[in-house]
Amino acid sequence: MKQDTEQQWVIQTKNLTKIYNSETIPVRAVDNVNLNIARGEFTALVGPSGSGKTTLLNLIGGLDQPTKGQIWVKEVELSSLKKKALIDFRLQNIGFVFQAYNLIPVLTAWENIEFVMLLQNRPAKERAQRVQQLLQETGLEAEANRRPAMLSGGQQQRVAVARALASKPQFILADEPTANLDSKTAESLLDMMAKLNKEENMTFIFSTHDQRVIQRARRVITLVDGAIVSDVPQIPYKSPNLKGFTGISYQ
Amino acid sequence: MIFKMAWKNIWRNKVRTLIILISIVLGIWAGTFILAYAFGLIEQRVNDAIGYEVSHLQIHQPDYLLDNDPQFVIKKSTDLLNTIKKDERVKAASQRTLVHAMLATASNNAGAKTMGIEPQGENTVTQIASCIVDGEYLEDSDKNKILIGKKLAEKLKLKIRSKIVLTFQDTDKNIVSAAFRVKGVFSTYNAGLEQSTIYALKKDLDRLLNLKQEAHEIAILLQGADLVTDFTQEQKSKFAALSIRTWSEIVPELALMTNSLDQYLVIFLLIILLALSFGIINVMLMAVLERVREIGMLMAIGMSKLRLFFMVVLETCLVFCLAAPLGLLLAFGVITYLQNTGLDLSSAYGESYGALGFRTIIYPQLQAVYYLRIMLMVAVTAILASIYPAYTALRLEPVEAIRKI
Repeated sequence: MKQDTEQQWVIQTKNLTKIYNSETIPVRAVDNVNLNIARGEFTALVGPSGSGKTTLLNLIGGLDQPTKGQIWVKEVELSSLKKKALIDFRLQNIGFVFQAYNLIPVLTAWENIEFVMLLQNRPAKERAQRVQQLLQETGLEAEANRRPAMLSGGQQQRVAVARALASKPQFILADEPTANLDSKTAESLLDMMAKLNKEENMTFIFSTHDQRVIQRARRVITLVDGAIVSDVPQIPYKSPNLKGFTGISYQ
Repeated sequence: MIFKMAWKNIWRNKVRTLIILISIVLGIWAGTFILAYAFGLIEQRVNDAIGYEVSHLQIHQPDYLLDNDPQFVIKKSTDLLNTIKKDERVKAASQRTLVHAMLATASNNAGAKTMGIEPQGENTVTQIASCIVDGEYLEDSDKNKILIGKKLAEKLKLKIRSKIVLTFQDTDKNIVSAAFRVKGVFSTYNAGLEQSTIYALKKDLDRLLNLKQEAHEIAILLQGADLVTDFTQEQKSKFAALSIRTWSEIVPELALMTNSLDQYLVIFLLIILLALSFGIINVMLMAVLERVREIGMLMAIGMSKLRLFFMVVLETCLVFCLAAPLGLLLAFGVITYLQNTGLDLSSAYGESYGALGFRTIIYPQLQAVYYLRIMLMVAVTAILASIYPAYTALRLEPVEAIRKI
């Protein structure tokens, strides 16, 4: 199967399916998803808990293997890559932001941000400049030498975003990035990501329950039981009025 | 950065790291000290065997070795002795007349190997003169005087100047007896020597055995132990009719002990390291399994499996790198200290060590090359111990690992 070239999609999935074999019955976490995402999109994946948002994000990020179907990222079919090549692909192209921050606890904020660039073997001078720039942009200059344990939740998530941005990836995949943050911090983080999206045309895909994220997204994809039930590319976002959908409150 | 992370990772749980560090330090210290102790013990035993009993090599009439009959003598032994003494590699040499005699006092009797010695010459070959604890050493001018071991003297209830009758077979197979007086009592580290050997003057025994310019044994002490093999080969080719044996041929059990000690101790050390490595594997595995989510994240953001493997291996190796020098340093300190003061085991193992011919004050010693060998063994153990925890980390799939809490 070849990638649809009618439009320059940077992420494309065809019949993407992920089935988990639990002890009793197989669970379709992602069910026959066909999805196209263009460069510079600011997209939210929404849906109730267990609807397959994180699984879809993991599949797009090459962290998980689909049971069926294909994923193209930048015209590269992910399942065609061997493990080593896939790790390298992620390193060069994708930035991850996790709900639980997942910073390296033994490294300082500076070192956490620098880490990905070290894996890319970037020169020391370039690394230092980029870290400095990201610390400025995320307002963490004063916290540069602090370890994650000494930072607040919001500061840790900003470090995580800065780390995801450090390698200048084309895509940022963020799994519930604001879930553990207070309103003010969440707004500040979203402002920062919206700015990067606008200024650097960076593609953002969020998995979220957070209304604040949904309100800012320019495209909202709703998943239920692993399938896309709604794909709304406009603002303001309106509820698809799903029965039993209690994960978020809609305006 | 990998090194920095590995270093910081091992200090995440300071108590756990300190416990494992201490266990490695103590393991290496104990293993190294046991090596030094065993080498010291055996080295002393070998030196004592050479210094008090057999010398570096001995010459006999071959038939004498078969049944110890006094008729099997080295002819013109004095000439041979003088020839040997002229060799600059020879430190000292002495000839002896040997008989197996029955010792009788008014109330007791016992069998003993009687060595007829030339006091001046013997004093240069063995150290028996320095072991006199009562009375005096023999002199050439003495007549029918003996030196007796302390234990044998106690058994026969003999004191200085006590009279004792020696009975033995002469070269014509006649039984001869003669009365001797105790001139000195010696005491050595070796209970066996004390109980089974007495020293008389060679000239007295020669007279009783009808020997003239003959001896049963010539003992030779060389300038160094490293000369033994070459010197022996030369003498064997020169005096083909005689039996010339090195100390390792005379006391093969001691030679076997010396030769196999190295292997035994390496095996012993390997067992210690093997036990330690299981402790390390356990600790490092715990450290990996505690960080499953973090490892998943590292793989997710692009850390290659090779780098991850290297990081975990490095963590294990760093623990060993910290502990090994400390353990060796501790061992070096203790060994150096005891090399001067000695480790006195007389109160605990005095009798049993003495019965086996070992001294009860041990001076541990270890050549520098053994410290290097231990270091190498520790390094190999560290790498091997790190493989399983690192492999466990590698088997983690990022998505599975991130899901775990």
